[in-house]
Amino acid sequence: MMLLLRIAATHIRTRMRQTVVSVLGVALGVGFSVAMASLMEGSQRDFTATLIDAIPHVEIVDEQRAPAEQPASTVYDAVAYYGLRPKEDLRGIRNPTEALAALRDWVDGKLAQRLSGQAVLRYSGQDIGMTLTGVDPKRELSVSNIRDDMRKGSFEDLGTTANGLVIGDKAAERLGADVGDTVTLTSASGVAKRFKIVGLFHTGITTSDEGLAYAPLKAVQILLEKPDIINSIAIRLNNISQANDVAARAERQLGYKAISWEEANEGLMEAFFVRNVIMYTVVGAILVVAGFGIFNIVSTIVHEKARDIAILKSLGFPEADIQQIFVLEGLVIGILGALAGSALGFGLSSYMATIRFEFTQDVEMTHLPIFFSGTHYIIACLLALFSSGIAGYIPARKAARLNPVDIIRGAT
Amino acid sequence: MSLPAEVPVEAAATPVLLEARDLTRILPAVVPVTLVKDVSFKIGRSEFVAITGPSGSGKSSLLYLLGLLDRPTSGKVFIGGARTDDLSPAEMAHMRLEKLGFVFQFHFLLPEFTTLENVMIPMQKLGKLSARNQLDHATTLLADLGLEDFLHRRPAQLSGGQRQRVAVARALANSPDLILADEPTGSLDSVATEQVFDSLRKIVDRQKTTVVAVTHDLELAARMERRIHLVDGRIDWDRQQA
Repeated sequence: MMLLLRIAATHIRTRMRQTVVSVLGVALGVGFSVAMASLMEGSQRDFTATLIDAIPHVEIVDEQRAPAEQPASTVYDAVAYYGLRPKEDLRGIRNPTEALAALRDWVDGKLAQRLSGQAVLRYSGQDIGMTLTGVDPKRELSVSNIRDDMRKGSFEDLGTTANGLVIGDKAAERLGADVGDTVTLTSASGVAKRFKIVGLFHTGITTSDEGLAYAPLKAVQILLEKPDIINSIAIRLNNISQANDVAARAERQLGYKAISWEEANEGLMEAFFVRNVIMYTVVGAILVVAGFGIFNIVSTIVHEKARDIAILKSLGFPEADIQQIFVLEGLVIGILGALAGSALGFGLSSYMATIRFEFTQDVEMTHLPIFFSGTHYIIACLLALFSSGIAGYIPARKAARLNPVDIIRGAT
Repeated sequence: MSLPAEVPVEAAATPVLLEARDLTRILPAVVPVTLVKDVSFKIGRSEFVAITGPSGSGKSSLLYLLGLLDRPTSGKVFIGGARTDDLSPAEMAHMRLEKLGFVFQFHFLLPEFTTLENVMIPMQKLGKLSARNQLDHATTLLADLGLEDFLHRRPAQLSGGQRQRVAVARALANSPDLILADEPTGSLDSVATEQVFDSLRKIVDRQKTTVVAVTHDLELAARMERRIHLVDGRIDWDRQQA
């Protein structure tokens, strides 16, 4: 093998310019694919981390996945219902204390109860529709990162101020309100209540910063006329990989719909998967183009080295050896390109990681999210080697089949 | 110019190394071309045989069949008593590597490699000698052929005669039983021709290797021990030469 490798290396060394161009083709393919993959996965991870921070790992809501079974169905094998009307009832999770106690027995994480509803916030003649969430501040802080997002005042003050309110900074800006101001919240059923702003938060997510408000649970229960009722339980797990299992068990235990963060963002995960497929297809296409460069140089060498092929065969080199020589030529170019491309990819990724800028809309970002992973390099290099192996194999097969007698007869 | 006396060959005087039995090679084409037709002979060990004949008489085609570079349409080639028609391409390649050596009209050295490397390549492929012994053996072969001062030169830095002698050294690299030479002096001047012929002579005399050489040069052919003359792909005559 060393002899074949030496012959292969000699062939490509004597065609330095063509070799360098082919190596550069592979290097650019590998380099850009590594940089692109680092950016793609970085943004995916950054987005997922933001998402996991922003939403509960498991959320139990006051809904059932299937309609409640009618009593008649438990008695008869076949029943037809006509004109069923929903029972007028207050929605929500009843006996939240009991439900929370049942979950605390086995859930490895923190729990917080919430009551959310729509309300209109009025201040100095302006109205804004808000999603008002009633919380137990201490418990809420154990399941969310809202404390980190506080820009003014304190989230804990909700625990010491009976009618305290925490709103987003953008909502406050729109209303011209600030910490210490008193605002009026009106529920959908017309109940109005005055609240004092005790804090402003900024999550970077515009919809939250403009339309989300927190108040003590009791106050919200009064405003929404739902005494001793909550409509969701948020769970923050110590191990997020257990989210699906915990959701399934909680749903079985309480009978309410429990949604894991993965289920809640199923569409997003699928979108990431499709995006990765598209990315690697593009990367593959780049490397196939690079493969054409290798095919070109190895084909040229086969053409120019027909006489050498004949002499090697006459010396006793079998067809397999001849084929290996030219496949090795393709692979050597591929390996050099993959190494150079890995260095280029690392350089590009490192450079991109230093670029800083800021979006003010939707999601705040201060730098390009780059994720360095050996897998990106391995995938890009394997694709490059596969491409160069094929590019070398096609002309190599032709070389191996050359008839030495034809070449020797044609020699001058 | 008087040629040496010639006597017909009854049978190989020494143990048979190479035998052609009813060899025929027809090139398939719209009108098939017969290159070699019903050629049979036996060549013993350490014989120095010339194959002569006019252009297109099938000399080189016969040599390629004997050297297992081509397969006959019919007939058989035996080397060292072993049939070769049932060998796979890989087995034929191995037999060429181990038992045969080729010298062509054009040296066919690998241009990127030095003299020494060109001679060592067949040894490295066969792998019977250690790296050290390969180097020693190649150096000795080249020194025997008067090329000790050109070990590290590339073919482009050598004269035609020197290149052809390197090709002879390479053919001898694996100490083959049989050297097949196709017009080995065809592209050389008279001085170089003498040098190459002397090299081949030495091989036969010293190493008891059999040499079969195709040549147009009748004077050179006359100095070999046996001459097989082809006309239109058939043996016209086959004689020992005094």
